[in-house]
Amino acid sequence: MPDPSTPALSVKNISKSFGGKQILKGISLDAHQGDVISILGASGSGKSTFLRCINLLETPDTGEITVGGETVTMRRRNGRAEPSDRRQVDRIRTQLGMVFQSFNLWSHMTILQNLTEGPVHVLKRPRADCIAEAESLLDKVGIADKRHHYPAQLSGGQQQRAAIARALAMQPKVMLFDEPTSALDPELVGEVLRVMRALADEGRDHAGW
Amino acid sequence: MDIAFLVDTMGKLLGALPTTLALWAVSITAGALLAILIVWMRVGGNPVLSAAARFYVFVFRGTPLLIQLFLIYYGLGQFHAIRHGPAWPVLREPFNCAAIALAMCTAGYSSEIFRGGLLAVPAREIEAARACGMSGFLLLRRILAPIALRQALPAYSTELILMTKSTALASLVTVWEVTGVAQKIIAQTFRTMEVFLCAAAIYLALNFLLAQLVALLEFQLSSHRRAHRPPAVSRRRKLA
Repeated sequence: MPDPSTPALSVKNISKSFGGKQILKGISLDAHQGDVISILGASGSGKSTFLRCINLLETPDTGEITVGGETVTMRRRNGRAEPSDRRQVDRIRTQLGMVFQSFNLWSHMTILQNLTEGPVHVLKRPRADCIAEAESLLDKVGIADKRHHYPAQLSGGQQQRAAIARALAMQPKVMLFDEPTSALDPELVGEVLRVMRALADEGRDHAGW
Repeated sequence: MDIAFLVDTMGKLLGALPTTLALWAVSITAGALLAILIVWMRVGGNPVLSAAARFYVFVFRGTPLLIQLFLIYYGLGQFHAIRHGPAWPVLREPFNCAAIALAMCTAGYSSEIFRGGLLAVPAREIEAARACGMSGFLLLRRILAPIALRQALPAYSTELILMTKSTALASLVTVWEVTGVAQKIIAQTFRTMEVFLCAAAIYLALNFLLAQLVALLEFQLSSHRRAHRPPAVSRRRKLA
């Protein structure tokens, strides 16, 4: 087990500009195991950008990101910052479970395949273990009966619960939620929030936007 | 109607069917591989390779296949260096020249069809794959290619059918495929209508089969767009 005093996720002094407009101005954050951190802000204030910088879907202009004690190495090229080791980025992303606003499930795979895809092909875990793990996760988020359905055959709330289970299947150190309920009807929000609350009670780190 | 003549003609034409099929299979396979290379050059991000890919598509889509075929079969043989070069044993054979011309031409069209399929892959699904640590060939193999090929299938099936018909051009460089044999029979019998109708019927049957196969493939690849049906395994289990 890692030293509990080391933050699972540490972000230092992140800045990001788009076309001369500065969106993030020196943001820092430490998340320890079991922390639940929410970030609030008006639309367009940079919540999603911050979150996308953490797993490097956007490259921050300055700053430092450390996940589980490993700091992303950056370099400058043509005046722009970029990660110097793409493999390291891939490795760090496996430790950051991401849940998107609009689910982003893979449409050509069943729900079960969506859950086993990362563990089998990225983490190279034995397929049988991954399937067992995926089925128990689907059970936990309450859609075990949908495992052979395709994403388009599920309601929004069910898709988002599947997406949460997909992120959890990677056994990440940190979960990142990017407005996970904003694309859902009000009556479907509850089921997703219940799943997130249960996760928080389990003690995984998780940051919700 | 001279049934005996029709049967005899059909028999002779069907004897040439393996050549037509081989020409089609070789040029489709080589053309698809070349098309993948061209798409990779086109979207890979290198401006020089991208320009080269655009130029290739511009040239091979913009000139008649027949002229491309004549240039390869008659044109290349003009050069002493090629006649005495290492590629001559290949380029000397009309079948090979026809296959090369067909492959290079279809590669131009197919690359644009594949590129269209690639552009139709939702950015969100690519992002989800990156977010769980996929990149490079793994991302291509597991996410991009399956979605892109499914999207490209309707347009690509048209290209496959066009290629079946384009193999007929090979008869003009003395390849004895179905159309070539038909012309030979006509030259001997002067019965143009019967012989060409037999040949047309063969192409029609081929393309009918091809369209059915693609439709079947399309059906199998689109289960995610239909209402849910329990997988065959669980249905069997229920019966047992």
